[in-house]
Amino acid sequence: MVREITILPGWDKSGNREDFTDINLKAGETIAIVGPTGSGKTALITDIELLAQGDTATKRRVLLNGQLPGDEVRYNPAYKPIAMITQNTKCFTDLTTEEFLQIHARARRIADQKIIQDTISLANKFTGEKIKKDTKVSVLSGGQTRSLLIADAILIGAAPVILLDEIENAGIFKQEVVELIQDTGKIIIFVTHDPAIALLTKKRLIMGNGGVRKVIYQNELELRAAQKLLELDRQVGVIREEIRAGHVITKVNLA
Amino acid sequence: MIIAGPPSAGKTALTKQILKRFQGELRIAYLKIDVVKAFEDIELRKEFKIMTRKIYSGDLCPDHAAVMVLGDAVDWAESHGADLFIVESAGLCLRCAPYLNQGLGIVVLSSISGIHAPEKMGAMVSLADVAVVTKIDLVSQAEREVFIQKIAEVHPRVILMETNALQGTSLHRLYDLILGSPEIEKHNLVLKGSPPLGTCTICVGKKEVGWKHHFGVVKKLDGPLAEYLFRGE
Repeated sequence: MVREITILPGWDKSGNREDFTDINLKAGETIAIVGPTGSGKTALITDIELLAQGDTATKRRVLLNGQLPGDEVRYNPAYKPIAMITQNTKCFTDLTTEEFLQIHARARRIADQKIIQDTISLANKFTGEKIKKDTKVSVLSGGQTRSLLIADAILIGAAPVILLDEIENAGIFKQEVVELIQDTGKIIIFVTHDPAIALLTKKRLIMGNGGVRKVIYQNELELRAAQKLLELDRQVGVIREEIRAGHVITKVNLA
Repeated sequence: MIIAGPPSAGKTALTKQILKRFQGELRIAYLKIDVVKAFEDIELRKEFKIMTRKIYSGDLCPDHAAVMVLGDAVDWAESHGADLFIVESAGLCLRCAPYLNQGLGIVVLSSISGIHAPEKMGAMVSLADVAVVTKIDLVSQAEREVFIQKIAEVHPRVILMETNALQGTSLHRLYDLILGSPEIEKHNLVLKGSPPLGTCTICVGKKEVGWKHHFGVVKKLDGPLAEYLFRGE
């Protein structure tokens, strides 16, 4: 079981050593990785996903429970404790949703076939356009693909560590996603440009020029700000759905 | 070490990472076997200052050509004092695999090459020691795991690794395997897989379509072929 991930410093894009001794991420913690485009956010979660051992562009090293991860853990998908949802909103695989999930369940040594339908049902909670089990994954929309991959990460990946790369810009119900995966005792890492998601997490890693620049801890005031943003988000969401449905915005929507 | 895989899978990108890692530490010789055109020998010689050669198989089957020239090529690499000899092969028809009974056999597969590729590639996958999956930055983790599962189902004992070969991520294990690979005994080099049948009118260049025009090993659309012959799947 993964109780803790430790990130050891690497080098930024200018070849400078990152200025921290180690960063520890603990079970039950939510973490945000923020920074401008090109600042190294995706490279950081990719390091975590690959359990980098000085063999990625950043030369960072990642420990599990304070120790070097074994080869089996690094290379065998069945034992991999990490599930990552990338910004990819496209699957190339020429398989139906059901076949895709079946093979992934086999890869993760899950025998119970019920998990396939459960995963599709969960995915359908995250997206307005329902996914059917016999739809080819290659023709799913961006939002559907994201929703499916998140549900897959939670149920089939069932990993103690979940990495989410910019889930906000994929046409999915992010509120539902965040609520469902928080309080699961997992280590949840969001790469995000979304202020509400960033403020809801316990720790924020600030990226710049390919390296971690700073670590900021959540405080009371920020948490209140996050609640306010969520309320705003909800209002925006209501109006968005009205517009998408072809309605005219009335006073009721603004109340 | 023999690197095989379909065109554009990332064989040369992987080779470059290996060269980058062992540059200055090992003396490396490189042979590219291709059919029509290859540039890798010039490119790698320029970039890494290593000994390189290429050979075109032309009308010969490229795996056939490889078997023919590999003996001389090993002598060539040895005469230049190479510690590591890399042969990059053009895996094309998927009937055969170029791997030998000694040295590492590596198959390179792109993660966007299609989910059925590992099964279709036959011996090139099932006789490899190591399978390297490339272009992993282009697909989701779930999709990568599905692809890797497919490879593992074709060849359960293969050593699997995933990389973004342009950046060379996660190749430590491959480097360790290369360093641990025992010396070659050059008088005992044998193909791992069995070569195809090759004595027939098609092999000698007869172009007419239909079994009636041919002798040797013939096959009808519905009729059986000899029991002992491999008939696919």
